[in-house]
Amino acid sequence: MRRKSYRLDATGLAALIGRLHEQGYAVYGPRVDDDALHWRRIRSVEDLPRGWTQELAPARARLVPDSSGGLFHHWTCAEGLKAMLHLPLVRVMAARRENGAFRILHNPPPAAKCAFFGARPCDLAALAILDRVLLGDRYVDDIYRARRENAFLVAVHCTESAPTCFCASLGTGPRARSGFDIALAEFAEAGEPEYFAEAGSPAGIDLLEACGAQPAPPEMARQVEQACTRAAGAQKRSVNAHAAPALIDALFESPHWDRVARRCLACGNCTMVCPTCFCVNYEDRNSLDGQEAERWRLWDSCFSQSFTYIHGGSVRTSLKSRYRQWLSHKLARWQAQFGTPGCTGCGRCIVWCPVGIDITQEFQELQAAAAAAAPPRE
Amino acid sequence: MSTASHAAAPPARPVMEPVPVQIRSVVKETHDTFTLTVAPPPGDPVSAFEPGQFSMLYVFGVGELPISISGDPAVRESLTYTVRSVGQVTYQLVTRRPGDYIGIRGPFGTSWPLKEARGKSVLIVAGGIGLAPLRPAIYSILRHRGDYNRLVILYGSRSPRDLLYRKEFAAWGLLPDTQALCTVDYGGVSWRGYVGVVTTLFRHVRMQPQETVAMICGPEIMMRYAARELEARGLPPAQIYLSMERNMKCGAGFCGHCQLGPYFVCKHGPVFAYPEIKPYLDLYEL
Repeated sequence: MRRKSYRLDATGLAALIGRLHEQGYAVYGPRVDDDALHWRRIRSVEDLPRGWTQELAPARARLVPDSSGGLFHHWTCAEGLKAMLHLPLVRVMAARRENGAFRILHNPPPAAKCAFFGARPCDLAALAILDRVLLGDRYVDDIYRARRENAFLVAVHCTESAPTCFCASLGTGPRARSGFDIALAEFAEAGEPEYFAEAGSPAGIDLLEACGAQPAPPEMARQVEQACTRAAGAQKRSVNAHAAPALIDALFESPHWDRVARRCLACGNCTMVCPTCFCVNYEDRNSLDGQEAERWRLWDSCFSQSFTYIHGGSVRTSLKSRYRQWLSHKLARWQAQFGTPGCTGCGRCIVWCPVGIDITQEFQELQAAAAAAAPPRE
Repeated sequence: MSTASHAAAPPARPVMEPVPVQIRSVVKETHDTFTLTVAPPPGDPVSAFEPGQFSMLYVFGVGELPISISGDPAVRESLTYTVRSVGQVTYQLVTRRPGDYIGIRGPFGTSWPLKEARGKSVLIVAGGIGLAPLRPAIYSILRHRGDYNRLVILYGSRSPRDLLYRKEFAAWGLLPDTQALCTVDYGGVSWRGYVGVVTTLFRHVRMQPQETVAMICGPEIMMRYAARELEARGLPPAQIYLSMERNMKCGAGFCGHCQLGPYFVCKHGPVFAYPEIKPYLDLYEL
């Protein structure tokens, strides 16, 4: 299916944000905060990180000045859209004591209308994975659903890759193919930036046309396609997820896991920044007089020892078993559970690991170990 | 059974929202284990369960835990749980009094293969508190006794004072075509029964392996050896079922804690056919 595509100037882009506000959306975009890019409320294009780009490497994320004049000359926010839709901390239930019994206080899930301006193709891919996990089984996560259904997504194709990106190998980028209302590509080479805009939904078409978008000339679409193909070709890292399930089963006892465990700090950063890691815990909070009790849901990490605690002890006590669980789940078990790998190739776990453990490198070393153990037949 | 239709339709109530239920009775089974009976709202889906399923039990302000249902599935007016006090929430559960309220969610998970076992003999192998999730299956078999051939119940416990449902167990052993044997790890001077792990009872069992379905629940190491031994004795692996335990926070597949290889124990289990779970049983720290 050919999508409607448009050409949009800087004024048109500014109008997009204004219209979203008018439609009642809380508009979020990548914003400089605390020396990093985070999803934050934006009032206008002025809040977007013009003049900044990112330096991303294992255990390294820096904001550095940028002279391109583009608004999107960067890659990913520190956190995925998971932080906005699968909330890090949310109340799931409240109850009050009444006449010796207790009553459940009904909590309609917060259903804020949020627009996300500048989501990357890997961010969209992560939402597709979370949809499968939280909405696609017998039980549905109401809190996620309420926010997801009200989300308006303005994506930005990646016309350049960061050194830590490996989306091309997983087919999740650098060009967004689906899951957006509008997808933009920025042309910032010649002075005032200009945008190629694709509409992915009727709401996207309406919004673009209301902002004075003109039909895009065919060469503009070609240029975007070429730039994204170049960006894909420039990626040095990759993961062959098809090989993962057999590999993980074969290498359960591999000494390689011990080598990773010697570096891993079990800090859980990778699971926090991972846009698809969905695990949560539940906590009780009570009023001082004991009359009201609440249950709160908070992100959890399989790197903590208490994660697998049952009476008598935890199942995964060693650090190696916890790293193994994370990598195995992400690349292999996820495929059995949800029909897709749990990785989008965004590279956040590589960037935000304090010791720079690189999932692509670990996986390749496992592949090498498997190949050495069983040489392929003639 | 009417529970089948319930299992197919998603519940209308938000899955994380417990139903307050009143405790009818708390019966002391052993020094640390108690059986709670609660009264769910009449007709509420929370009470429609199949043997082997579990509920999430909530103690106001304290926390929530998965507990297997240990009562008779044909009795719809009440739900029964056998709880061993081993931590904060279980302690709070067993020290409740009749008239108190707790919250329940569920039922969750897969059930014992009572349909598949029809026309065959059933071998129940329980270890410790593992007898509790098997008791609804025993009730169901006794209620439809003509549908099954022999019923053999083997039960291993740490010591005589840890034996659950003692009177009931003795009564099962007196039923026709039924064998109920128990063994303990430490007998003490007054114990005249069997001593040893539960697998040592296998040699006393009279059954045709090809025509038998085994249902096993207990500590993981006991299930591992029991399943292995039964396979060696000629039971087809596909006729052996085990109920697994992992940390569970939600029961609905959201929290991720109960993962065991490719499975979420809360939704793909807790009851697994042996061939499904066998490749993962021997993996340490999986």
